[in-house]
This record gives sequence, C-alpha cells and structure tokens, in this order.
Amino acid sequence: MNAIGWPDWRRLNQEGIVFAIAILLFAAAALGLPGFLTADNLVAIVRSVSVLGILALGMAVVIIGRGIDLSAVAIMAMSVAWYLQLLNTGTSDGLAFVYVLAGVLAIGLLNGFLVAYADVPAIFVTLATGSFVFGYVRSQLITQDAVPVPGGHWVELLGGVRFLDIPVEVFVFAGLAFLVFLFLRYTKWGRFIYFAGDNPVAARNIGVPVRPMLVLRYVLSAFVALIAGLLTAASLHSINTRIVNSTLLYDIVLVAVIGGIGLSGGRGGVRNVLVGAALIGILLNAMTIIDIPLLYQNLIKAAILLGAIIVDGIINPRDEQTAQQGDI
Amino acid sequence: MKLLRTLMAAATALAVTAFVAPSFAADDPGPAAYAKSLNGKRVMLVPLAMGFDLAQGWAHYLKKEVEAWGGTFETRDPNWVVDAGAQAITDAIASDTRPDVLIIHAPDLNSYSKLMKKAQAAGTYVLLVDNPANFPADAFVGSDWDKLGQLEAEAAIKGCGENSSKKIGLVQGDQANSSSLYQYAGIMKVLEKHPDFQVVAKPDSNWDATTSRNVTTTMLQQHPDICSIIDFWDGDATGASAAIRDAKLDGKVFLVTTGGGEKAADCDKLVDGTYGAVVMTDLARQSGDMNAVIKFLLQSGQPAGTSHTYIYTLEKATTKADLKPDSCWDLKALQAEAAAK
Repeated sequence: MNAIGWPDWRRLNQEGIVFAIAILLFAAAALGLPGFLTADNLVAIVRSVSVLGILALGMAVVIIGRGIDLSAVAIMAMSVAWYLQLLNTGTSDGLAFVYVLAGVLAIGLLNGFLVAYADVPAIFVTLATGSFVFGYVRSQLITQDAVPVPGGHWVELLGGVRFLDIPVEVFVFAGLAFLVFLFLRYTKWGRFIYFAGDNPVAARNIGVPVRPMLVLRYVLSAFVALIAGLLTAASLHSINTRIVNSTLLYDIVLVAVIGGIGLSGGRGGVRNVLVGAALIGILLNAMTIIDIPLLYQNLIKAAILLGAIIVDGIINPRDEQTAQQGDI
Repeated sequence: MKLLRTLMAAATALAVTAFVAPSFAADDPGPAAYAKSLNGKRVMLVPLAMGFDLAQGWAHYLKKEVEAWGGTFETRDPNWVVDAGAQAITDAIASDTRPDVLIIHAPDLNSYSKLMKKAQAAGTYVLLVDNPANFPADAFVGSDWDKLGQLEAEAAIKGCGENSSKKIGLVQGDQANSSSLYQYAGIMKVLEKHPDFQVVAKPDSNWDATTSRNVTTTMLQQHPDICSIIDFWDGDATGASAAIRDAKLDGKVFLVTTGGGEKAADCDKLVDGTYGAVVMTDLARQSGDMNAVIKFLLQSGQPAGTSHTYIYTLEKATTKADLKPDSCWDLKALQAEAAAK
C-alpha cells in the first residue's frame, strides 16, 4: 500500500497473486455453486487441507532454510503404520510410541546430519532416506499396505473429537501454524533460519550455528510428519502406506511454493503456507462440487501453478543474487 | 434274433470290462501324463502390489497348489508402480528361468500389452487376473466388472428403498482403470432401468482413502439426503465411511462397495454396519479357477497366445443379513498358516 491506500502493483508478488486468485475463486464459487458458502462446507474445505497444510508447514521451515525434505510423506505414513502394527501385535501403547518417536527423530537426525555435516545435497539425502524408510518399514516391520487402528484406541477416538462441530485436525493445523509463526518470527533461532537460508556463508561468519540448526529443521519436519500421520489415521481409522506413491509430496511442495516460499531459501513464512493451502482447498472443493474428473483437476492445478510461477517471474525477475546461488 | 445278438454283445462287453478294469485301475496313465507336463513348470504372479488382501490371497492359494503339483511359484511386487511392474515382466521374460505361466494383474487397459505379447512370443502363457486389458491373453480370470457394477447398483437401490430420496452418489476409482470404467458402465445400465433413481455426483478417489473422504464430505454437504453411496473399492471406501460417520449420517446412507472378501476388510465392516453391502470376490474359488486354467494350458500342448478364455468369478452382493461363517476368508489366518510352516 502507498500513501493514498492504493495497492502498489510493483510490490505485488506471487503470494499476492495467489491470494487474489483464491479470493476470486471463492467469490465465484460462492455465487455460482449452491451449498458452497455454508459453514459446514467451509469447515470441510479447511479440514480437507489440514493434513496437507501441516506437512507444508514442516516443509516451509526446511525450504526457508534453503533445503527440501522429500522424505516427509514416507515418514508420515510409515511411522504411523509401524505404530499401529506394534499395537496390533500386542506391544504396549507407551512402548510402541517411544519406539516410533525414536525412529522418527533418528531419521530427522540422519537427514540433518547428512545435509549439514556430510554436505550432501538435501534433495538426494531426503529422496534416499524416504525410500529407505518406506522400504525398510514396508518389508521388515509391517505385513500389508493398510494397517487398521485397533478398536477403541486413542487414535480412533481422536478422529471423533470436535469442538463447536469443527474437527480436531483444523485446530491442530491452526495451533501448529501459530507455533511455527511464533518460532519463525520471534525466536532467535527462527530468525537465524532466514539468515542461513538467505546466505549460509555470511550467517556462519556472524556466528550463527548454521549446521546444528540445519539438523534441527529436519528433525522438526520429521516430527511434524508424524503428527500429520496420526491425524490421517485418526480420521480414516487406518493408514494406507500406498499414499507414499501418491502425488501428496508434490502437493506439499505445491502448497509451499504456490504460496510464495521461494525454493532458493530465505523468503516466506506461515502466511504463504496458509495462502497456498487456501487456494488448493477452495480449488479442490469447487472442482468436486462441479464434478470435474480427477484428470482435469490435476491439469487445472498444474496450470494455475504454472501461471503463478510465470507471473512471478515477470514481476520479480531473477536478480544477480539468485543467479549466483541458483534455485533448487 | 436281434435282441439276442444285442444281449450277447452286452454280456461280452460286460465280461471284457470286468476282466480288463482291474488292470486299468492299476495303470492309470493320468498321473504320469500330469506329472510329465507339470513337473518343474514355473508360475509367476505380478500383481499391482503384494501388500493388499487380493494379492496375498491369490499368492497363498496358488503357491499351495502349484507346489503340490511339483511346480515353482514366484511373485514380484511392483508396489503400485507401473514401471516397476513392467520391469519385473521384462526381466522375467529375459531370464534363464523364464516362467511358463505369467499371471498379470493389469494396472490399466494398455500399459503391459506389448510386454504380454512378447511373453507369449517367448512361449509363456499369459493369464490376466481381476483387471481386464486390451490384450488377448490366454485366459482372463476375475470379475465381470460390468456385471459387478450392476450388482452394486441393485444393492444400492434396494438399500435406498422405495420411499427414499432416490439419490445415489458414486465415488469412482479413476478414469483409466478398466475395473473403474466397466464398473461405472454396469451401474449406469441398471440405473437406466430405474429412471426415478439419479446419480447426484460421481467424483474420483484415485483409489485413495483420504481423497475418498474429502470428496464424500463435499458430496454429502451438497446432497445431505443421499440415500446410498457406491464407492468403487473397499480400500478407499474406508474414507467414504469416515465422511458418513463425520456427517452423522450412519445408518442413513447405505454404503455399497466391492472387495476381495477378506474378513477384516469386508465381513467385519458389514457386521458393524460400516458397509451396507459388499460385492465380494470368492477368492479361494477364483484362485482355484486360475490353477485349473494353468494346469489345462500346460497339458494342452497348444502354443501360447492361441486360446482366449474368459472365466468370470461368480459374485453377489453380500449384506449383513446373508453373512455366513464362510462368507469371508481371513488374511491373518492365512499368514499364521504360512508362518507355521
């Protein structure tokens, strides 16, 4: 905004564009689609992107620090599948949870260690650990693709929890978004993530513990994935590990990137994730109401992403700094 | 005179039979011929993935039978990845231990067609199981998906009843898989005969439970008076059932689906009311059909690719009311049996 309150078009960026598209879509759907603008449907929209949004929060923290975590979906599905398998074969709840938590943190640490101390590019490390987690858990620890939640277990009960008729996922998503916002904005380590993402060498020179913080980010991302997995199992009463082969990982990166978190690091925040999730949520909901087949849904999703990237490229041309550092 | 001759001929025949029969019984050429054609033959199953009930059930029953007649049985696990399946088939054809029979669970109508042709050219019989494909396999064993869709639609209409809203929602699989496309066609055939029933929404789930839950939530929001939903597979119908539960419409929306007849996946959920009706595959019989065709082909001496047989599994829509102790098979029990060996 400038002095007289008009939007300053020069400051328009991808986040703004996507937000505008989301508002337009929302308005069009509210006018054109009966039943869109009901409280229940709005809750359903937020709910349908809650798990995706939670995963995107973890991914956002990693991307802002100039990295990427391609193992998130594997960690999400396989940790919870293993947990449920342990429960189904009679391991006590506490012990099973300790095992799984230890496993999840170990993978996060391994990701972080390999990226931070062994200097292997994040994209290769997490691609490999994701495949490893999937392969190991699927072949050694569980017996089939879908693992049901034992009847009466707290994960099953969690799925039915409502406040004011709003499902628990929505609150978890909102709560985590607020926590990540506080962490990124108001803590020293949160600010350091931006420094490290923007220019790791300079950050290191001014005394930021760049490497331990890198490890921390991957551990956080793994932990967030576990939460997302538990919520998925809670609402479906089972977890299907087939999700590892789905487009979910693509959608997570899509939500983060479409909202305006640059893959070159150092830019963006929780607001971008919320904007990205809002667009995807409204889009999917409206397309389902109109009954558009999935093939076309994917096409439309991809076209909007492409459009946003192209417009962003025109409005924010690559500068010398990005040219030197390169995108992912 | 004529009668006398006939009687004499009959008596002679009887005497000869009585005299010769014992030596026949002692020297039945069947088992030797059977062993000669079947011994050491290799059978390989390439399903969409090994980690779900149908594949595990087929593998269990096939292994038992194939090993009993002296063959070897192997599986390959593409884990839902079409490329990995293609790779497995390519490797199998090229290997020294080329399978004599390849059982393929096709991911869609076209992906493996060239490879299957190659396999037949190399002398391997190709059996398609469960999912049809645009390829003249030596035999197809599985569901007639059109008929299956009709059974589902009839169950949904019955589940709705005459005094209902007569609104039906579909949760399809995708737009490429034959089991989804033919299932849809079958459902529509029945609904055409019942013009008062209408399909109010037909989103895709992409065979994913979370997507099924999301689209069903939206569907129920738009049409809270839907009386029945047909979800195209029990694997993602858990999502549709979660949406129905969330909308507090349990007992009001009659959920129909299809499945492999596994106890935990189907029968338990019919008992607890999650599903109203399931068109279940009789897996043991279907595996038996496959085995019969395999034994026939291996003995027939005919070259691979010369016969095209369709063996459709008998199916019906099962509801809670007609569940029997043997309506389902139990994956846990099969796994325990395999582990005990």
